[in-house]
Amino acid sequence: MNYFPKITNISELQLIATQIRRDIVRMVHAVQSGHPGGSLGCADYFTALYFGVMDSKENFDMNGIEEDVFLLSNGHISPAFYSTLARRGYFPTSELASFRKINSRLQGHPATHEGLEGIRMASGSLGQGLSAAIGAALAKRLNNDPHKVFCLTGDGELQEGQIWEAAMFAAHHKVDNLIVSIDRNEQQIDGPTREVMSLGDLAAKWEAFGWQVHQANGNDMTEILSLLQKLKEQTTTGKPQVIIMHTVMGKGVNFMENSHHWHGIAPNDSQLADALAQLQPGLGDY
Amino acid sequence: MIQATDFPVLGTNDTRSGFGDGLHLLGKQNDKVVALCADLIGSLKMNKFIADFPERFFQCGIAEANMMSIAAGLTIGGYVPFTGTFANFSTGRVYDQIRQSIAYSGKNVKICASHAGLTLGEDGATHQILEDVGMMKMLPEMTVVVPCDYTQTKLATLAVAKWDGACYLRFGRPKVPIFTTEDQDFTIGKAQVLVEGTDVSIIACGHLVWQSIEAARTLAAQGISAEVINMHTIKPLDEAAILQSVNKTGCVVSAEEHQKNGGLGDSIAQVLSTNAPAPLEIVAMNDSFGESGVPEQLMEKYGLTANNIVEAALKVMKRRKVHPV
Repeated sequence: MNYFPKITNISELQLIATQIRRDIVRMVHAVQSGHPGGSLGCADYFTALYFGVMDSKENFDMNGIEEDVFLLSNGHISPAFYSTLARRGYFPTSELASFRKINSRLQGHPATHEGLEGIRMASGSLGQGLSAAIGAALAKRLNNDPHKVFCLTGDGELQEGQIWEAAMFAAHHKVDNLIVSIDRNEQQIDGPTREVMSLGDLAAKWEAFGWQVHQANGNDMTEILSLLQKLKEQTTTGKPQVIIMHTVMGKGVNFMENSHHWHGIAPNDSQLADALAQLQPGLGDY
Repeated sequence: MIQATDFPVLGTNDTRSGFGDGLHLLGKQNDKVVALCADLIGSLKMNKFIADFPERFFQCGIAEANMMSIAAGLTIGGYVPFTGTFANFSTGRVYDQIRQSIAYSGKNVKICASHAGLTLGEDGATHQILEDVGMMKMLPEMTVVVPCDYTQTKLATLAVAKWDGACYLRFGRPKVPIFTTEDQDFTIGKAQVLVEGTDVSIIACGHLVWQSIEAARTLAAQGISAEVINMHTIKPLDEAAILQSVNKTGCVVSAEEHQKNGGLGDSIAQVLSTNAPAPLEIVAMNDSFGESGVPEQLMEKYGLTANNIVEAALKVMKRRKVHPV
């Protein structure tokens, strides 16, 4: 099987993550729309997962047999997802310039409809991706495929009831080939999650639902990489795995950090220049 | 010429048993077929599939939204998921999941919906969905199939498994006459002309097909030659069959166990008005909710019987300006 080669050198991965952050702010700036905050916060996770952890076939196919599968549930952070896929080699990085434009494969929220390599499920309307990931994990079990299914959700997204339907199902059916990460940046559109709709003790909630709970700093490359690697290699725990991944919304761009205002606002020209000055070019801009 | 009297009652059974038996056959024929249910195994007649293929069945509990998205995910890996629950919980309750995770994502999921319409009976209007066909036919890339009896529902279940893409398969609760045979030509998107006639076209789906045949018998006794078309596929609609029939008869009655808004009659009206304007009478629920009662009482109270089809035929023939034949 031809998988993309893995990179586990931390400074190399950090270079890629910084480039993904440059892509994110440039993509969102170019169309003056999109969601930079959550995208920036998850750049380290995406980099670790796609470059250091998953077995990903170089030639994309929808069924994802004999490879690890990732589904993005919080589809609005599509800029981070698209940049990661392009930088990994699924499609040319030049196509990132078409983000959110007419006739593009890079829709505002991820879609399979235009045939973009790397996307297996439309997402954007929140709360559905975890269930879909469970379905993909069940298919792997039926196929005797030892690879894993990874899924990322937002933390505000946990306010959707379907998430807890899925949580109950995965524990009941012992879906232990599923590794879910929650982007715990504590922000959502209308404000901090504790003000909009308190999520309470998330670790206790997931444990009570029968999951094995892990915590990690999602902006510490070494920490998130080693935890994802460990969970990928782990077998037959009998329990679905969840990482409460603490991140900073807007990570890497100081004026965007920790503020829900940057959930879905694009930077203007001078803000873009300011942001790019903080993000050293690594692999070359698209 | 095939006549209404050519359809003897071969027995009675519920259409949901046709689904259950079809699913069980599929289990044997296709090891990629998997089934999901939301705490309604007995109602959906899924027991035989579950007994013989337990590893390919997933009990979801009372959580239909989760079931729909899991079904979408199971296609990643090459499976053909069949979801089973009441029509109400198969559509309105989970519309966004179907729209985003199944239809827009191009997933090959078969949404199998029982207890549709008024004939659900005593449980009342909370469960009697009469808007489901409209919701599902509005979704791009969704196929909508409404078979007419036990045998046809079994064949339709086999057919949707072979159809590439998302399907909505609608069937019902009560035991009704069986009048189609195992050797019928059942092709998705191809209407069946059950009775040939020249005076009026009766185009029906689901439980109303048998009522249409009975209506054609009554009309024949009055010297009126009615054509009866079983439009088991609402989408893609067999427009050619409609136009061919109306070209002979010049007027149409549609009949269905669904709201007028969004139903089969609505789709036929679009075809007629854009291709061959002709009077149409729609026998369907007239913008109201149902209520508790036995199915026959309900169908009579809300005007969905053979008699209503006869009245509609007599009315529509009067509205016809010139008989084309």
